[in-house]
Amino acid sequence: MVTTLQADKIVDARGAQCPGPLVELIRAIKEVPVGTVVEVWTQEPRTKEDAKAWCERAGHEFLGAFPADGYERVLVRKKR
Amino acid sequence: MGRAKVVIVGGGVGGTFVANLLAKQNDRLEVTVVDATGVHHYQPGLLYVPFGWERPERLRHDERRLLHPAVQLLQAPVERIDVDARQLRLPDGGMLPYDFLVIATGSCPMPDEIPSLAEGSHHFYTEPAAVRLREALHRFEGGRLIVGIAGFPYKCPPAPLEFTLLLDDWLRRRGLRKRTELVFVTPLPQLFSIPTVTPLFEELFARKDITVETFFNTEQVEPERRRLVSLEGTELDYDLLVLIPPHRGSPLIDASALGDKGGWVPTDRNTLQVKGQERLFALGDATDLPVSKSGAAAHFQAPVLAQNLLRLIAGQEPDARYDGSVMCLVETGNGKATLLRFNYEQPPKPPRPSLWFRWQKTLLNRFYPALVPKGIALGEFLALLQGKFARTEPFCGSALMEQWSQKVAFLRELGR
Repeated sequence: MVTTLQADKIVDARGAQCPGPLVELIRAIKEVPVGTVVEVWTQEPRTKEDAKAWCERAGHEFLGAFPADGYERVLVRKKR
Repeated sequence: MGRAKVVIVGGGVGGTFVANLLAKQNDRLEVTVVDATGVHHYQPGLLYVPFGWERPERLRHDERRLLHPAVQLLQAPVERIDVDARQLRLPDGGMLPYDFLVIATGSCPMPDEIPSLAEGSHHFYTEPAAVRLREALHRFEGGRLIVGIAGFPYKCPPAPLEFTLLLDDWLRRRGLRKRTELVFVTPLPQLFSIPTVTPLFEELFARKDITVETFFNTEQVEPERRRLVSLEGTELDYDLLVLIPPHRGSPLIDASALGDKGGWVPTDRNTLQVKGQERLFALGDATDLPVSKSGAAAHFQAPVLAQNLLRLIAGQEPDARYDGSVMCLVETGNGKATLLRFNYEQPPKPPRPSLWFRWQKTLLNRFYPALVPKGIALGEFLALLQGKFARTEPFCGSALMEQWSQKVAFLRELGR
């Protein structure tokens, strides 16, 4: 199950409005080594699609978005 | 309590306006504005400086002359806010005690956060930068001109788009547009951060043949090769580069350990009290509020803040609520503008650009120094303009009378 994936870094962007969560995700990806899984917590419904589109463009792996208690966990693996 | 001491740090839009409202509404307060320079910059005017359409010296105002006579002005840098001792630490060991403090310290562009951005790129968010860009633009003879956003947050979110549309006008007037490829880069998946506004700008940019590169997170600038490199792996060569740097809160906030990791002051979104600090309020760019960092937002926050502060001094609950209101008149090129008006709940629905909104923007830019000292809110001023020559119901006599009586009352206030 993908949902059991362990993130190496969690970014809590709950409460932040667009583009906040996406900006936080990109900032985190920039700072971690290749292979790291970054998880961003968001309450913005658009983050999932934006993160997916950004991963396609930037060459990272979009691992999915999973509902949690009042927010979504969006997981991305840095690939390059 | 005797005369309550209210100290306001920062003499920008928010600080100046709050000071004047407090002085106007309660003559038993001791209100002091502390500002490092004593010079008040009307920053929205910087947008026009690169084109030679505004002179920087006209944007500088003596802060003393903008303040109500009852407000004291202390021209000094603040080294630290000492919350426990309720005082400001000034240079040479000076101290300024307060009963209540208003943080209005603004935001700072941080070009050094991106490698070589400071050397390789221009912006127009400070007077020296805007003047430097004016010189570079007037030397420009064609080629690829890239404008864009280098990182978040930055103040006045529409300004880079406005600049690009005005730049298109300016290049056409100088006969350079056909020799210029205009490119706009943004880290976002679309042209603007608010979805209801994006289609209007996409249409304008497409009509003016401005290429848009989305998902472009600037990683570094290579000034020798005149190349811009993104985190996503895109490389763009340029002849002239105008990238708006990401902003941070004031260094004073970091030095006082009052901010989050971006240097923004955690602020209650409704009462404007600093979270966990009953005697501290904050407004404008300095806060972490989820609204645009802009003078217009500070303008709408100031009356709420002043009311809550007065209630707190009177021993009452601070129950005035800021609803997230922001209002921007946005340049769209060809001598036209549109209006973005929104709050926490309602997104903006920009009307078609028109000469009418552009005229309002011109009036606002001209009248600003007269409005602030009177403690007259931007909303009132624009309501006068909008209220509503454009959409009155001509045969509805009582509504018309009501509007005119409001206008007369407003003009009386202005003349007082």
